[in-house]
Amino acid sequence: MISIARRLNEMGILGMNRRNARYILQYNQRRLYPLVDDKLHTKRLAGDAGIAIPELYGVVEIQHQVQELPSLVGEHTDFVIKPAKGSGGNGVLVITGRRRNCWLRSDGMLLDEEAIEHHVSNTLSGLYSLGGVPDSALIEYRVKIDPLFNAISYGGVPDIRIVVFRGIPTMAMLRLPTRMSGGKANLHQGGVGVGIDLPTGMTHRGVQQEVPITEHPDTGNPLQDVELPNWDVMLSLASRCYELTGLGYFGADIVLDRNLGPLLLELNARPGLSIQIANRSGLRKRLERVEALKEIPADPEERAGLAVTLFPT
Amino acid sequence: MKDLHVRLLAGILVACALSLVAYKVLVLHLPLTPTPDASVWHVEARISFTARGVPVKVQFFIPSETPNFTLIDEDFVAGSYGLAVDREKGNRKAQWSGRRPLGSQTLYYRILAHQESEDEILSRPALRRPVFPKVPDYDDTVGPAVEALLADVRAQSADTATFAWVLLKKLAAKSADENVALIRSHFNISDGQIEGLRKLLAGARIPSRVVWGVRLQDGARNLVPEPWLEVYNGSEWLIFNPLNAGRGAPGNTLFWRTGSEPLVSSEGTRAPQVEIASRRSVIDVYTLAEKRADLFDSRIMDFSLLSLPLQTQNVYRVLLAVPVGALVVVLMRNVVGISTFGTFMPILIALAFRETRLLWGIALFVLLISLGLSIRFYFERLKLLLVPRLASVVTVVVLLMAGISVVSNNLGLERGLSVALFPMVIVAMTIERASIVWEENGPQAAFKQGLGTLLTAILGYMVMFNEWLSHLVFVFPELLLGVLAATLLLGRYSGYRLSELHRFRNLLREQRP
Repeated sequence: MISIARRLNEMGILGMNRRNARYILQYNQRRLYPLVDDKLHTKRLAGDAGIAIPELYGVVEIQHQVQELPSLVGEHTDFVIKPAKGSGGNGVLVITGRRRNCWLRSDGMLLDEEAIEHHVSNTLSGLYSLGGVPDSALIEYRVKIDPLFNAISYGGVPDIRIVVFRGIPTMAMLRLPTRMSGGKANLHQGGVGVGIDLPTGMTHRGVQQEVPITEHPDTGNPLQDVELPNWDVMLSLASRCYELTGLGYFGADIVLDRNLGPLLLELNARPGLSIQIANRSGLRKRLERVEALKEIPADPEERAGLAVTLFPT
Repeated sequence: MKDLHVRLLAGILVACALSLVAYKVLVLHLPLTPTPDASVWHVEARISFTARGVPVKVQFFIPSETPNFTLIDEDFVAGSYGLAVDREKGNRKAQWSGRRPLGSQTLYYRILAHQESEDEILSRPALRRPVFPKVPDYDDTVGPAVEALLADVRAQSADTATFAWVLLKKLAAKSADENVALIRSHFNISDGQIEGLRKLLAGARIPSRVVWGVRLQDGARNLVPEPWLEVYNGSEWLIFNPLNAGRGAPGNTLFWRTGSEPLVSSEGTRAPQVEIASRRSVIDVYTLAEKRADLFDSRIMDFSLLSLPLQTQNVYRVLLAVPVGALVVVLMRNVVGISTFGTFMPILIALAFRETRLLWGIALFVLLISLGLSIRFYFERLKLLLVPRLASVVTVVVLLMAGISVVSNNLGLERGLSVALFPMVIVAMTIERASIVWEENGPQAAFKQGLGTLLTAILGYMVMFNEWLSHLVFVFPELLLGVLAATLLLGRYSGYRLSELHRFRNLLREQRP
């Protein structure tokens, strides 16, 4: 047991306790949490800073507004409803189309108006929010999957998680939805995490439920050596989020839209540790290397460049 | 930097806790283990005399230096008499005085004493240096015999203690030579007479005195103080049995007074009768500690939980266990890495186990949660809003509890009634959390967290309500400072959790080839 711990330590694997004590508690001021815990807040900040985000169609904040849902949706036939303070992809409802009076959910189920209203009401009452606090529901643009990912995802849109420390991207992974995860790109629910080489944006092998894999479990296609387009844009997008919130240690979730390119989905002040398994590499050494830097460049582009030089292939 | 700060703080807290505990254990003799009772002696001296209507003064020696006994309480029953207690040559003396008493009079002196051990009492401390006696002028008839005997004894001894011992042995020996026989008859040394022995010891310039001790016996009346010989060895008084020259007095000897003055003396009346009785009884160690604290003028027991009303004490017996349970939760979550429903829900469940007992508690809890969960799944299909749904679950939980109680009562399972002791809101919240985890992360995660919750609750119960541990935290609540120190240190623990070793093990497997 002790030898396992020692070897993990040699690999520089970051444990939950160290992440919390040394990085999150030290670099993330608590007053900044609301900026990322409330996605509406993050969206507004990002929008003001000119960072590309999925367009917000509307917000439902009180029960009374649930009836206004159709007018908020307007002409859009596809959209996403998500809780502003949700976590782990819970409570996200993806509507892909319209069938007469009903809405088509991403998994092919038809939902009537009442079902959607119930979902929104639940969201408002805090069912999906952290700590069960009252919440609001966001209705926003549904990201269209880039054809690149068709071969390696199932039933949803993959996203890219980049862990940013002191404004410098330190580790990244591609999160792919699977049948097991119900179309969500969340590793806890059975999504696949694929490591990304920071300088090049090429994918490594993957991990599902903490077991290393090389092929997508549903499509059977190899996960390795997929080149992510616009990788440098994604890196600088992640770097720019540092100025947005002031958080020292966070995870930026970015989606790649077929038409719009990289969009910032949300920020996470407590990014998980599975990214290390996906990359087969420990976060701790990388974080310590960034910590050792005397000066952090003020320019996001420069910081994104620093990531490429600091963490070579 | 922060680590150092936390470590210092923890160190200070632990030092505070331990020094308070040490004080309570070493000085106040509070028990470290749950032994609820201590044995104490009630000793009563009854002084009776007949008064003739003239002013009366009665002087009575009372114990002052009592090795092996702690005088916990002392009580004079004096009626209309005036009472004065003063010290005189290392003794204490009570003086009762009355102006015109008439008829038969009784005075009482009572003490409550705790016997520290059963071991023999070998010596008593010397409060001040005694006067060294002059060598007495022995009669010509015995002078040479005494000198010869003392020279003989001196040759066979190493120090004062052995000198006295050898001398006493020689004088007590059955087959005695002429010298000893002469000395024995001249100094009237027989049957524990001590004055003669003292004269002989004075021949070697060794200070000695007579001390009267009462050997306490359970239920004894009419105890007579027996004389013991005390010999000064330069630092303390060594006790010898004058009858057989043995060292030390039995552990139950309560030393009453020194010197050869009579135990009781009076003016204005004939010599009073003294009857000493003793009785052994048992009192709670806490009472004993409180009395002892009074004796040492220590305020610490005034601020003890033991000074609270009994009902409040019982509440604190439970409350003080909670931080220990919290420490268990911290260990389970941050060091082991087990996930539970809610942070402190396991402790609340463990508190409920306290009432239901462990096995019944587990059985009832699992039954309640699984029944509640199945009904909760039905509610899920009704698409209820959050708060009304929670309220419905609470209602169902209460109905289930009532149902289980009634059914188990009919089946004659009395323990089943204790289901009513589960905090229903906690159960309802657990059901709600379990069903959300089930829905969102699958049944596997729900079972895992449920098991983690139950495991932590069981462990918490076993630690929190361990007889010894709950005794410790109740009698030494300052130990909670130590618990606080431990949780503070764990708050800066940045090592791996046990579960992470499992979680990341695949990384090592890949690396090895």
